[in-house]
Amino acid sequence: MLTKRLIICLDVRDRKVTKGVRFEGNIDVGDPVEMGAGYSNDGVDELVFYDIMASAENRPCDFEMVKDIARNVFVPFSVGGGIRNLEDMNQVLLAGAEKVSINSLAVLSPEIINQGALAFGSQCMVLGMDVKFVGVSERIPSGYEVVIHGGRKAMGKDAVAWALEACDRGIGEICLNSIDTDGMKHGYELAVTEKVSQAVNVPVIASGGAGTPKHIAELFEKTSADAALVASMVHFGDYSVQSIKDSMRTAGIPVRGKPIIL
Amino acid sequence: MASLIVVDYGAGNRVSVVNAFRALGIEAKPSADPGEIRNADRVVFPGVGAAASAMERLSQTGIAGALRAVVESGKPLLGICLGCQIILDESEEDGGTKTLGLISGRAVRFKEEKGIKIPHMGWNQVSYPKMHPIFKNIKSGSDFYFVHSYYPQVSSEFVFGETVYGTQKFPSLIGKDNLIAAQFHLEKSGDAGLEVLKNFSRWDGKC
Repeated sequence: MLTKRLIICLDVRDRKVTKGVRFEGNIDVGDPVEMGAGYSNDGVDELVFYDIMASAENRPCDFEMVKDIARNVFVPFSVGGGIRNLEDMNQVLLAGAEKVSINSLAVLSPEIINQGALAFGSQCMVLGMDVKFVGVSERIPSGYEVVIHGGRKAMGKDAVAWALEACDRGIGEICLNSIDTDGMKHGYELAVTEKVSQAVNVPVIASGGAGTPKHIAELFEKTSADAALVASMVHFGDYSVQSIKDSMRTAGIPVRGKPIIL
Repeated sequence: MASLIVVDYGAGNRVSVVNAFRALGIEAKPSADPGEIRNADRVVFPGVGAAASAMERLSQTGIAGALRAVVESGKPLLGICLGCQIILDESEEDGGTKTLGLISGRAVRFKEEKGIKIPHMGWNQVSYPKMHPIFKNIKSGSDFYFVHSYYPQVSSEFVFGETVYGTQKFPSLIGKDNLIAAQFHLEKSGDAGLEVLKNFSRWDGKC
Protein backbone atom coordinates (compact mmCIF):
# COMPACT_ATOMS: atom_id res chain seq x y z
CA MET A 1 0.00 0.00 0.00
CA LEU A 2 1.29 3.42 -0.94
CA THR A 3 2.24 5.28 2.25
CA LYS A 4 1.51 8.90 3.12
CA ARG A 5 4.69 10.94 2.85
CA LEU A 6 6.31 13.19 5.44
CA ILE A 7 8.32 15.91 3.70
CA ILE A 8 10.67 18.36 5.38
CA CYS A 9 11.16 21.77 3.83
CA LEU A 10 14.47 23.60 4.19
CA ASP A 11 14.55 27.30 3.28
CA VAL A 12 18.10 28.23 2.34
CA ARG A 13 19.72 31.67 2.40
CA ASP A 14 23.46 32.21 1.96
CA ARG A 15 23.89 28.45 2.12
CA LYS A 16 22.32 28.28 5.57
CA VAL A 17 18.95 26.81 6.45
CA THR A 18 16.89 29.66 7.78
CA LYS A 19 13.50 29.90 9.35
CA GLY A 20 11.22 32.86 9.69
CA VAL A 21 10.13 33.37 13.28
CA ARG A 22 7.17 35.64 13.89
CA PHE A 23 8.23 39.15 14.91
CA GLU A 24 11.89 38.12 15.02
CA GLY A 25 12.82 37.87 11.35
CA ASN A 26 14.86 34.95 10.06
CA ILE A 27 17.27 32.90 12.12
CA ASP A 28 19.82 30.41 10.81
CA VAL A 29 19.31 26.86 11.97
CA GLY A 30 22.10 24.93 10.23
CA ASP A 31 23.90 23.69 7.14
CA PRO A 32 21.56 22.45 4.38
CA VAL A 33 23.67 19.45 3.36
CA GLU A 34 24.21 18.24 6.94
CA MET A 35 20.60 18.80 7.90
CA GLY A 36 19.33 17.10 4.73
CA ALA A 37 21.55 14.06 5.33
CA GLY A 38 20.50 13.97 8.99
CA TYR A 39 16.79 13.99 8.17
CA SER A 40 17.36 11.40 5.47
CA ASN A 41 19.05 9.12 8.04
CA ASP A 42 16.21 9.75 10.49
CA GLY A 43 13.79 8.30 7.94
CA VAL A 44 12.13 11.32 6.34
CA ASP A 45 10.41 10.36 3.08
CA GLU A 46 11.40 13.36 1.00
CA LEU A 47 13.03 16.79 1.24
CA VAL A 48 12.43 20.16 -0.38
CA PHE A 49 15.11 22.84 -0.60
CA TYR A 50 14.10 26.41 -1.41
CA ASP A 51 16.74 28.95 -2.34
CA ILE A 52 14.69 31.81 -0.91
CA MET A 53 16.89 34.71 -2.06
CA ALA A 54 17.62 33.56 -5.63
CA SER A 55 14.66 35.37 -7.23
CA ALA A 56 15.20 38.59 -5.30
CA GLU A 57 18.89 38.53 -6.21
CA ASN A 58 18.00 37.68 -9.81
CA ARG A 59 20.31 34.66 -9.99
CA PRO A 60 19.75 30.95 -10.55
CA CYS A 61 19.54 28.66 -7.56
CA ASP A 62 22.79 27.39 -6.09
CA PHE A 63 23.58 24.38 -8.32
CA GLU A 64 26.77 23.52 -6.39
CA MET A 65 24.70 23.18 -3.23
CA VAL A 66 22.29 20.87 -5.08
CA LYS A 67 25.23 18.68 -6.12
CA ASP A 68 26.45 18.51 -2.52
CA ILE A 69 23.01 17.55 -1.31
CA ALA A 70 22.77 14.81 -3.95
CA ARG A 71 26.07 13.31 -2.79
CA ASN A 72 24.73 12.97 0.74
CA VAL A 73 20.96 12.48 0.56
CA PHE A 74 19.52 9.16 -0.63
CA VAL A 75 15.83 9.93 -0.51
CA PRO A 76 14.06 11.99 -3.19
CA PHE A 77 14.37 15.75 -3.01
CA SER A 78 13.10 18.72 -4.95
CA VAL A 79 14.57 22.16 -5.43
CA GLY A 80 12.77 25.47 -5.82
CA GLY A 81 13.57 29.16 -5.83
CA GLY A 82 15.56 30.68 -8.65
CA ILE A 83 14.18 28.39 -11.34
CA ARG A 84 13.88 30.85 -14.22
CA ASN A 85 13.75 28.68 -17.35
CA LEU A 86 14.24 25.21 -18.83
CA GLU A 87 18.02 25.43 -18.59
CA ASP A 88 17.81 26.07 -14.82
CA MET A 89 15.53 23.03 -14.51
CA ASN A 90 17.98 20.94 -16.51
CA GLN A 91 20.87 22.03 -14.26
CA VAL A 92 18.97 21.18 -11.08
CA LEU A 93 17.99 17.72 -12.37
CA LEU A 94 21.51 17.01 -13.67
CA ALA A 95 22.87 18.02 -10.27
CA GLY A 96 20.88 15.12 -8.80
CA ALA A 97 17.49 16.50 -7.69
CA GLU A 98 14.42 14.40 -8.55
CA LYS A 99 12.09 17.33 -9.03
CA VAL A 100 11.99 21.07 -9.58
CA SER A 101 9.43 23.25 -7.90
CA ILE A 102 8.09 26.34 -9.63
CA ASN A 103 5.68 28.88 -8.23
CA SER A 104 5.48 32.48 -9.46
CA LEU A 105 7.24 31.55 -12.72
CA ALA A 106 4.36 29.16 -13.50
CA VAL A 107 1.71 31.72 -12.59
CA LEU A 108 3.31 34.41 -14.75
CA SER A 109 4.28 32.11 -17.67
CA PRO A 110 2.13 28.95 -17.47
CA GLU A 111 3.60 27.65 -20.75
CA ILE A 112 6.77 26.74 -18.81
CA ILE A 113 4.84 23.82 -17.27
CA ASN A 114 4.15 22.31 -20.72
CA GLN A 115 7.75 22.85 -21.77
CA GLY A 116 9.21 21.36 -18.59
CA ALA A 117 6.88 18.34 -18.67
CA LEU A 118 7.77 17.67 -22.29
CA ALA A 119 11.51 18.04 -21.73
CA PHE A 120 11.89 16.22 -18.38
CA GLY A 121 8.61 14.38 -17.72
CA SER A 122 5.70 15.37 -15.48
CA GLN A 123 7.14 13.42 -12.56
CA CYS A 124 9.89 16.07 -12.29
CA MET A 125 7.53 19.02 -12.20
CA VAL A 126 6.11 20.30 -8.91
CA LEU A 127 3.82 23.31 -8.77
CA GLY A 128 4.20 25.38 -5.62
CA MET A 129 0.95 27.22 -5.01
CA ASP A 130 0.36 29.89 -2.37
CA VAL A 131 -3.31 30.49 -1.68
CA LYS A 132 -5.33 32.85 0.51
CA PHE A 133 -8.95 32.73 1.62
CA VAL A 134 -10.87 35.64 0.07
CA GLY A 135 -14.46 34.37 0.25
CA VAL A 136 -16.54 32.73 -2.44
CA SER A 137 -17.30 34.92 -5.44
CA GLU A 138 -18.06 34.47 -9.12
CA ARG A 139 -14.42 35.14 -9.92
CA ILE A 140 -13.09 32.90 -7.11
CA PRO A 141 -15.61 30.03 -6.82
CA SER A 142 -13.52 27.97 -4.39
CA GLY A 143 -13.09 30.97 -2.09
CA TYR A 144 -9.28 30.64 -2.28
CA GLU A 145 -7.20 32.90 -4.50
CA VAL A 146 -3.71 32.28 -5.86
CA VAL A 147 -1.11 34.76 -4.56
CA ILE A 148 2.59 35.25 -5.25
CA HIS A 149 5.52 37.06 -3.64
CA GLY A 150 4.81 35.58 -0.22
CA GLY A 151 1.15 36.59 -0.39
CA ARG A 152 1.75 40.24 -1.27
CA LYS A 153 0.38 39.98 -4.78
CA ALA A 154 -3.05 38.51 -5.58
CA MET A 155 -3.33 37.05 -9.08
CA GLY A 156 -7.10 36.92 -9.57
CA LYS A 157 -6.91 33.16 -10.18
CA ASP A 158 -9.05 30.64 -8.36
CA ALA A 159 -6.97 27.99 -6.53
CA VAL A 160 -8.89 24.98 -7.87
CA ALA A 161 -9.06 26.37 -11.40
CA TRP A 162 -5.31 27.04 -11.39
CA ALA A 163 -4.54 23.56 -10.04
CA LEU A 164 -6.64 22.00 -12.83
CA GLU A 165 -5.01 24.17 -15.48
CA ALA A 166 -1.54 23.21 -14.23
CA CYS A 167 -2.49 19.51 -14.41
CA ASP A 168 -3.72 19.94 -17.99
CA ARG A 169 -0.40 21.52 -18.80
CA GLY A 170 1.46 18.52 -17.37
CA ILE A 171 2.39 19.30 -13.77
CA GLY A 172 3.17 16.10 -11.82
CA GLU A 173 2.52 17.20 -8.25
CA ILE A 174 1.13 20.18 -6.33
CA CYS A 175 2.54 21.63 -3.13
CA LEU A 176 -0.31 23.69 -1.73
CA ASN A 177 0.63 26.31 0.83
CA SER A 178 -1.93 28.30 2.75
CA ILE A 179 -0.74 31.82 3.47
CA ASP A 180 -3.39 32.14 6.18
CA THR A 181 -2.13 29.23 8.27
CA ASP A 182 1.60 29.34 7.37
CA GLY A 183 3.71 29.89 10.47
CA MET A 184 0.71 29.87 12.81
CA LYS A 185 1.27 26.30 14.07
CA HIS A 186 -2.47 25.76 14.45
CA GLY A 187 -2.77 23.05 11.82
CA TYR A 188 -3.14 22.89 8.06
CA GLU A 189 -5.87 24.67 6.10
CA LEU A 190 -7.91 21.50 5.60
CA ALA A 191 -10.72 22.95 3.47
CA VAL A 192 -8.58 24.12 0.55
CA THR A 193 -6.39 21.02 0.78
CA GLU A 194 -9.44 18.81 0.32
CA LYS A 195 -10.89 20.96 -2.47
CA VAL A 196 -7.69 20.79 -4.49
CA SER A 197 -6.98 17.10 -3.68
CA GLN A 198 -10.46 16.11 -4.84
CA ALA A 199 -10.21 18.15 -8.02
CA VAL A 200 -6.88 16.92 -9.39
CA ASN A 201 -5.43 13.53 -10.30
CA VAL A 202 -1.85 14.28 -9.19
CA PRO A 203 -0.45 14.02 -5.66
CA VAL A 204 -1.07 16.99 -3.36
CA ILE A 205 1.35 18.03 -0.62
CA ALA A 206 -0.24 20.10 2.15
CA SER A 207 1.88 22.95 3.49
CA GLY A 208 1.55 25.69 6.06
CA GLY A 209 0.48 25.43 9.66
CA ALA A 210 1.85 22.19 11.11
CA GLY A 211 2.82 22.70 14.73
CA THR A 212 2.40 19.27 16.31
CA PRO A 213 2.25 15.65 15.11
CA LYS A 214 -1.50 15.77 15.81
CA HIS A 215 -1.91 18.26 12.97
CA ILE A 216 -0.33 15.83 10.54
CA ALA A 217 -2.53 12.94 11.64
CA GLU A 218 -5.54 15.25 11.36
CA LEU A 219 -4.55 16.24 7.81
CA PHE A 220 -4.58 12.62 6.64
CA GLU A 221 -7.72 11.70 8.56
CA LYS A 222 -9.75 14.59 7.18
CA THR A 223 -8.41 15.11 3.65
CA SER A 224 -7.09 12.97 0.79
CA ALA A 225 -3.74 14.79 0.69
CA ASP A 226 -0.82 12.54 -0.24
CA ALA A 227 1.93 14.23 1.75
CA ALA A 228 2.50 16.63 4.63
CA LEU A 229 5.18 19.30 4.55
CA VAL A 230 6.76 20.43 7.83
CA ALA A 231 9.60 22.78 8.72
CA SER A 232 9.91 24.59 12.03
CA MET A 233 8.45 21.78 14.14
CA VAL A 234 11.50 19.66 13.29
CA HIS A 235 14.16 22.35 12.71
CA PHE A 236 14.07 23.54 16.30
CA GLY A 237 14.16 20.02 17.69
CA ASP A 238 10.62 20.07 19.07
CA TYR A 239 9.74 16.87 17.24
CA SER A 240 11.70 14.14 15.46
CA VAL A 241 10.82 12.42 12.19
CA GLN A 242 10.11 9.20 14.04
CA SER A 243 7.91 10.84 16.69
CA ILE A 244 5.76 12.33 13.91
CA LYS A 245 5.61 8.97 12.13
CA ASP A 246 4.69 7.20 15.38
CA SER A 247 1.76 9.52 15.81
CA MET A 248 0.68 8.92 12.18
CA ARG A 249 0.92 5.17 12.76
CA THR A 250 -1.15 5.39 15.94
CA ALA A 251 -3.83 7.19 13.93
CA GLY A 252 -3.88 4.25 11.48
CA ILE A 253 -2.22 6.12 8.62
CA PRO A 254 0.03 4.03 6.33
CA VAL A 255 3.60 5.16 6.95
CA ARG A 256 6.96 4.07 5.57
CA GLY A 257 8.72 2.09 8.27
CA LYS A 258 12.38 2.10 9.14
CA PRO A 259 13.98 -0.49 6.85
CA ILE A 260 14.75 -3.74 8.56
CA ILE A 261 18.19 -4.88 7.52
CA LEU A 262 18.82 -8.31 8.94
CA MET B 1 40.01 -3.65 -9.45
CA ALA B 2 36.66 -4.94 -10.60
CA SER B 3 34.82 -2.33 -12.63
CA LEU B 4 31.24 -1.24 -12.12
CA ILE B 5 29.75 0.78 -14.96
CA VAL B 6 26.59 2.86 -14.77
CA VAL B 7 25.20 3.14 -18.29
CA ASP B 8 24.98 6.78 -19.36
CA TYR B 9 22.44 7.36 -22.12
CA GLY B 10 21.08 10.64 -20.82
CA ALA B 11 18.81 9.15 -18.14
CA GLY B 12 18.38 11.64 -15.31
CA ASN B 13 18.99 9.30 -12.40
CA ARG B 14 22.47 8.13 -13.46
CA VAL B 15 24.02 10.85 -11.26
CA SER B 16 22.10 9.64 -8.21
CA VAL B 17 23.06 6.02 -8.90
CA VAL B 18 26.76 6.92 -9.11
CA ASN B 19 26.44 9.05 -5.94
CA ALA B 20 24.83 6.18 -4.05
CA PHE B 21 27.64 3.74 -4.91
CA ARG B 22 30.29 6.33 -4.02
CA ALA B 23 28.64 6.94 -0.65
CA LEU B 24 29.09 3.21 -0.04
CA GLY B 25 32.78 3.48 -0.93
CA ILE B 26 32.23 1.60 -4.20
CA GLU B 27 33.73 3.13 -7.33
CA ALA B 28 31.11 3.41 -10.07
CA LYS B 29 31.83 4.95 -13.43
CA PRO B 30 29.25 6.42 -15.77
CA SER B 31 29.91 5.40 -19.35
CA ALA B 32 28.28 5.79 -22.75
CA ASP B 33 30.92 3.70 -24.49
CA PRO B 34 29.57 0.32 -25.70
CA GLY B 35 33.04 -1.22 -25.53
CA GLU B 36 33.55 -0.16 -21.94
CA ILE B 37 30.08 -1.41 -20.98
CA ARG B 38 30.76 -4.76 -22.66
CA ASN B 39 34.05 -5.17 -20.79
CA ALA B 40 32.78 -4.12 -17.36
CA ASP B 41 32.65 -6.66 -14.55
CA ARG B 42 29.13 -5.53 -13.62
CA VAL B 43 26.71 -3.04 -15.07
CA VAL B 44 23.85 -0.88 -13.78
CA PHE B 45 21.26 0.22 -16.32
CA PRO B 46 19.27 3.16 -14.87
CA GLY B 47 16.48 5.09 -16.50
CA VAL B 48 13.85 7.78 -16.16
CA GLY B 49 11.54 8.97 -18.90
CA ALA B 50 9.78 7.51 -21.89
CA ALA B 51 10.49 4.13 -23.48
CA ALA B 52 10.53 5.12 -27.16
CA SER B 53 13.10 7.93 -26.94
CA ALA B 54 15.30 5.87 -24.60
CA MET B 55 15.15 2.85 -26.94
CA GLU B 56 16.03 4.99 -29.94
CA ARG B 57 19.04 6.34 -28.12
CA LEU B 58 20.20 2.90 -26.98
CA SER B 59 20.02 1.56 -30.54
CA GLN B 60 21.75 4.54 -32.14
CA THR B 61 24.64 4.51 -29.67
CA GLY B 62 25.26 0.77 -29.81
CA ILE B 63 24.54 0.47 -26.08
CA ALA B 64 21.65 -1.93 -26.83
CA GLY B 65 24.08 -4.44 -28.30
CA ALA B 66 26.50 -4.00 -25.41
CA LEU B 67 23.73 -4.75 -22.88
CA ARG B 68 22.85 -7.95 -24.77
CA ALA B 69 26.50 -8.98 -24.66
CA VAL B 70 26.66 -8.37 -20.88
CA VAL B 71 23.60 -10.55 -20.32
CA GLU B 72 25.03 -13.34 -22.48
CA SER B 73 28.39 -13.17 -20.73
CA GLY B 74 26.82 -14.04 -17.36
CA LYS B 75 28.08 -10.87 -15.66
CA PRO B 76 25.68 -9.18 -13.21
CA LEU B 77 23.36 -6.57 -14.73
CA LEU B 78 20.98 -4.44 -12.63
CA GLY B 79 18.14 -2.46 -14.26
CA ILE B 80 16.43 0.37 -12.39
CA CYS B 81 13.02 1.93 -13.16
CA LEU B 82 12.84 2.49 -16.93
CA GLY B 83 15.81 0.13 -17.07
CA CYS B 84 13.46 -2.52 -15.65
CA GLN B 85 10.98 -1.97 -18.50
CA ILE B 86 13.34 -1.65 -21.47
CA ILE B 87 14.75 -5.14 -20.83
CA LEU B 88 11.32 -6.60 -21.71
CA ASP B 89 10.10 -7.45 -25.25
CA GLU B 90 7.87 -4.42 -25.62
CA SER B 91 6.21 -1.49 -23.88
CA GLU B 92 2.66 -0.18 -24.21
CA GLU B 93 4.06 3.32 -23.87
CA ASP B 94 4.10 5.71 -26.84
CA GLY B 95 1.60 3.58 -28.77
CA GLY B 96 3.71 0.44 -28.47
CA THR B 97 7.51 0.29 -28.49
CA LYS B 98 9.66 -2.74 -29.22
CA THR B 99 12.32 -3.03 -26.51
CA LEU B 100 15.41 -5.16 -25.80
CA GLY B 101 13.80 -8.55 -25.15
CA LEU B 102 16.26 -9.70 -22.47
CA ILE B 103 13.37 -11.07 -20.35
CA SER B 104 10.10 -12.04 -21.98
CA GLY B 105 7.26 -9.74 -20.95
CA ARG B 106 5.83 -6.32 -21.61
CA ALA B 107 5.55 -2.99 -19.80
CA VAL B 108 1.86 -2.21 -19.21
CA ARG B 109 0.13 0.84 -17.78
CA PHE B 110 -1.72 0.80 -14.45
CA LYS B 111 -5.48 0.57 -14.94
CA GLU B 112 -7.39 3.66 -13.85
CA GLU B 113 -9.05 2.99 -10.54
CA LYS B 114 -10.91 5.11 -8.01
CA GLY B 115 -8.64 6.32 -5.24
CA ILE B 116 -5.32 5.90 -7.05
CA LYS B 117 -3.31 8.43 -8.94
CA ILE B 118 -1.07 7.70 -11.91
CA PRO B 119 1.94 7.88 -11.77
CA HIS B 120 2.38 5.69 -8.72
CA MET B 121 4.64 8.02 -6.75
CA GLY B 122 5.98 7.49 -3.25
CA TRP B 123 7.05 4.74 -0.85
CA ASN B 124 5.47 1.32 -1.12
CA GLN B 125 6.25 -2.19 0.11
CA VAL B 126 8.07 -4.89 -1.83
CA SER B 127 7.29 -8.49 -0.82
CA TYR B 128 9.26 -11.45 -2.06
CA PRO B 129 7.59 -14.56 -3.49
CA LYS B 130 11.15 -15.91 -3.59
CA MET B 131 14.36 -14.46 -2.25
CA HIS B 132 16.90 -12.92 -4.60
CA PRO B 133 20.56 -12.89 -3.42
CA ILE B 134 20.85 -9.08 -3.61
CA PHE B 135 17.86 -8.70 -1.22
CA LYS B 136 19.05 -11.41 1.15
CA ASN B 137 19.37 -9.28 4.30
CA ILE B 138 16.39 -6.99 3.78
CA LYS B 139 13.11 -8.01 5.27
CA SER B 140 10.28 -8.77 2.84
CA GLY B 141 7.72 -5.95 3.03
CA SER B 142 10.28 -3.13 3.36
CA ASP B 143 9.42 0.19 1.71
CA PHE B 144 11.08 1.48 -1.46
CA TYR B 145 10.60 4.64 -3.52
CA PHE B 146 8.57 4.41 -6.75
CA VAL B 147 7.78 6.84 -9.58
CA HIS B 148 6.19 5.20 -12.63
CA SER B 149 3.04 4.76 -14.71
CA TYR B 150 3.96 1.42 -16.34
CA TYR B 151 5.10 -1.81 -14.73
CA PRO B 152 6.76 -5.03 -15.98
CA GLN B 153 4.26 -7.80 -16.71
CA VAL B 154 6.17 -11.09 -16.74
CA SER B 155 5.47 -14.73 -15.97
CA SER B 156 5.73 -15.72 -12.32
CA GLU B 157 9.04 -17.59 -12.75
CA PHE B 158 10.76 -14.19 -13.24
CA VAL B 159 9.12 -12.42 -10.27
CA PHE B 160 11.30 -11.78 -7.20
CA GLY B 161 9.30 -8.91 -5.70
CA GLU B 162 5.69 -7.75 -5.77
CA THR B 163 3.93 -4.53 -4.81
CA VAL B 164 0.27 -3.59 -4.45
CA TYR B 165 -1.12 -0.27 -5.71
CA GLY B 166 -4.83 0.23 -5.15
CA THR B 167 -6.19 -3.23 -5.97
CA GLN B 168 -3.45 -3.98 -8.53
CA LYS B 169 -0.64 -6.32 -7.57
CA PHE B 170 2.32 -5.98 -9.91
CA PRO B 171 5.85 -7.37 -10.28
CA SER B 172 8.26 -4.76 -8.93
CA LEU B 173 11.45 -6.84 -8.95
CA ILE B 174 12.14 -9.19 -11.84
CA GLY B 175 15.10 -11.29 -12.80
CA LYS B 176 16.51 -14.11 -14.84
CA ASP B 177 19.92 -15.64 -14.18
CA ASN B 178 22.48 -12.79 -14.05
CA LEU B 179 19.91 -10.10 -14.83
CA ILE B 180 17.93 -8.43 -12.02
CA ALA B 181 15.77 -5.32 -12.33
CA ALA B 182 13.83 -3.15 -9.90
CA GLN B 183 10.91 -0.92 -10.87
CA PHE B 184 11.66 1.21 -7.78
CA HIS B 185 14.56 3.59 -7.28
CA LEU B 186 17.23 1.82 -5.24
CA GLU B 187 19.37 4.98 -5.33
CA LYS B 188 16.60 6.96 -3.57
CA SER B 189 15.24 4.38 -1.17
CA GLY B 190 17.31 5.33 1.85
CA ASP B 191 19.19 2.63 3.80
CA ALA B 192 17.28 -0.27 2.25
CA GLY B 193 18.18 0.83 -1.28
CA LEU B 194 21.83 1.38 -0.39
CA GLU B 195 21.99 -2.09 1.16
CA VAL B 196 20.71 -3.65 -2.08
CA LEU B 197 23.26 -1.71 -4.14
CA LYS B 198 26.00 -2.93 -1.82
CA ASN B 199 24.80 -6.51 -2.23
CA PHE B 200 24.73 -6.07 -6.00
CA SER B 201 28.35 -4.91 -5.99
CA ARG B 202 29.30 -8.31 -4.48
CA TRP B 203 26.87 -10.55 -6.33
CA ASP B 204 28.33 -13.28 -8.55
CA GLY B 205 25.39 -13.20 -10.96
CA LYS B 206 23.98 -16.57 -9.87
CA CYS B 207 20.56 -17.13 -8.32
